[in-house]
Amino acid sequence: MSTPELRDVPGPSALGGGWRRSAELLYVIAVNDFKKTYFGTALGYIWSLARPLMLFGVLLAVFTQVFRVGSQVPHYPVLLLFNIVLFGFFQEATVMAVSSIVSQEGVVRKTQFPRLVIPLAVVLTAFFNLVLNLVVVFIFVLAFGVTPMWTWLLFPVVLGLLITITTAVSMIVASLYPRYRDVAIIWTVFSTVLFYATPVLYPIEKVPETLRDIILLNPLAPLFLLARKWMIDPDAPSPSAAAGSTLHLLAPIALYALICVCAVWVFRREAPRIAEQL
Amino acid sequence: MANPTILDDDIGSGQAAESAPNTDAPVVIDVQNVSKTFRIPEQRIDTLKERITHPLSRIGYRELQVLRNISFDVRQGEFFAIAGRNGSGKSTLLKILASIYGQDGGRVRTAGRVAPFIELGVGFNPELTARENCVLNGVLMGLTLREARRRLDSVLDFAELGDFVDLKLKNYSSGMMVRLAFAVMVQADADVMLIDEVLAVGDAAFAQKCMDVFHQRRQAGKTVVLVTHDMTTVQELCDRAMVVHDGDLVFLGDTQQAAMQYYRLNFAPVRSQEGKDAVATINARLIEATLRDPSGQPIDNVEQDMPIVLDAVFEAAREIDNPIFVVQVLNAEGLVVFGFSRTLEERVAAGQRVRLAGEIENRLVPGRYHIDCWIRRDREHGDMAVQGIRLRDVVVYGTGPRSGIFNVRADVTPAIEPESDA
Repeated sequence: MSTPELRDVPGPSALGGGWRRSAELLYVIAVNDFKKTYFGTALGYIWSLARPLMLFGVLLAVFTQVFRVGSQVPHYPVLLLFNIVLFGFFQEATVMAVSSIVSQEGVVRKTQFPRLVIPLAVVLTAFFNLVLNLVVVFIFVLAFGVTPMWTWLLFPVVLGLLITITTAVSMIVASLYPRYRDVAIIWTVFSTVLFYATPVLYPIEKVPETLRDIILLNPLAPLFLLARKWMIDPDAPSPSAAAGSTLHLLAPIALYALICVCAVWVFRREAPRIAEQL
Repeated sequence: MANPTILDDDIGSGQAAESAPNTDAPVVIDVQNVSKTFRIPEQRIDTLKERITHPLSRIGYRELQVLRNISFDVRQGEFFAIAGRNGSGKSTLLKILASIYGQDGGRVRTAGRVAPFIELGVGFNPELTARENCVLNGVLMGLTLREARRRLDSVLDFAELGDFVDLKLKNYSSGMMVRLAFAVMVQADADVMLIDEVLAVGDAAFAQKCMDVFHQRRQAGKTVVLVTHDMTTVQELCDRAMVVHDGDLVFLGDTQQAAMQYYRLNFAPVRSQEGKDAVATINARLIEATLRDPSGQPIDNVEQDMPIVLDAVFEAAREIDNPIFVVQVLNAEGLVVFGFSRTLEERVAAGQRVRLAGEIENRLVPGRYHIDCWIRRDREHGDMAVQGIRLRDVVVYGTGPRSGIFNVRADVTPAIEPESDA
């Protein structure tokens, strides 16, 4: 028998047990969650599509028939669907993440479990959903006659930035919820506010100057502008054009960075004691 | 009825299990000066609103020190017990070893893969199939994904689930669920197993199966740490024990003495109130215990209503005047179904052997039972029986009445009342 080597017990932490174990747990949990949503209900995939499509249908009717914003924007229906699907990912992941650690109480308190895996699994499950939804969006994009562009290849950049901030926000809300239960309510309201504070429904150029400055403080806003410019309408304003100058973009970029740093800091601070607070 | 008699000469050479810890084996758990404090809020503030409405009131915390300067080590291949009453801090210590809680002070080091077994079926997802749950739980227990998949078939075989492996867990009976959970646990196969006693509650046959597996693992060179308050289990299974009392390590070493300490700490005050000396001692050790059927054949299981012949031999650890033998039969839930005591009106010298033998009427309903024996000196000496010796486990089988805990003879018959004219 090999002589075992004594090592310090690491204690509970965000990535207890090492990267490899965390990655494998993350994968198994996310895949299982995904299977559960798709094979647990009779219509499976249809349901996950139904939500963004219904929202899309209603909003499309409102914004093309009632407010008539849509008619002045090239490819408005496709843009709307695309934005809804992207924002849906952010909202689904962060809202689910809030109570994720508390609802996994058993594993947190009774097994050696890297805490970070729990919110990450939520994000990953939501990402699987997003990929499936994007397939449908892509069909729409082609069907509505958007001409393929080389900038489509840049889409992973936008996606990567979106996933990063979604993960960061998920980490913050998930780690604070065990201590402050009202994070759940606050976040539900706040994410709805964000929905309107992000150019999802409306094109940024239709927004009055003063309001535009406020909207562009939102770190999600430049991402949606990039997505639109690169994927759907090359003539749409770039984030710096919308902000007036590249300098104005420093605010959302700084906020973006701050959220990411905060997420790591808060999570590392809370992780060791989460089991005791459940 | 069973009666104790002094044996004239030694019988058999059976030694009670008392394996000394192997001091050559490498240390696999090393704990130095570990302390742990929980902060219990005096008034729990759960919401921001409460915090905002009382912004200046600092939250009052009550510091509850659950562990103070605990130091010990466990060597490879040991079966080590952490004993203590509820709330003594023993489960917290286990969770620190398992990296579930962090310690506030001191150092904890372990070697090899450590897996905690605190509850059966942790992380089981009712919406997934047995197969998926198996892999998930394997990874949860510390296996790599590849390893968990590789062991899948053997686990499902072990669980004897047959054709149900692709059935969702929510459709399983509780018995099947337990079988699966247990199989998953067995597969985890860690180098150091940290086991909470709550694991072994429930089905008696299952508890036995658990213990068998732990034994088997230990024989394979694995280390087992068991958290328990059942001193009989400690003495029966473990090599070494520590006793934790109110967060302090009060004893570390031999299991018999650990048991003594435990009883002294937890029951001595009661005795003192009766105005008697509360001296806890080890009086005797078990040499062998056999159960026989009335024809004299040794048996492990006994049929319902068939009398049990008990035959146990003890060796006095020291001189005992008029020792009292208290025999108790406990059912799977730990309830004493019945008991009796017999006094040997003689002086037994240290090292002398005593046989306790005779027939016991069997009115037990089918199930699994333990037979324990407590030995103490006569009341004049005020000793307590500190040492519950587990004589035997026995299964009573049969198809007769199985309601209640005991099957009494009842000459009761129903009959139709003749009609009376009066």
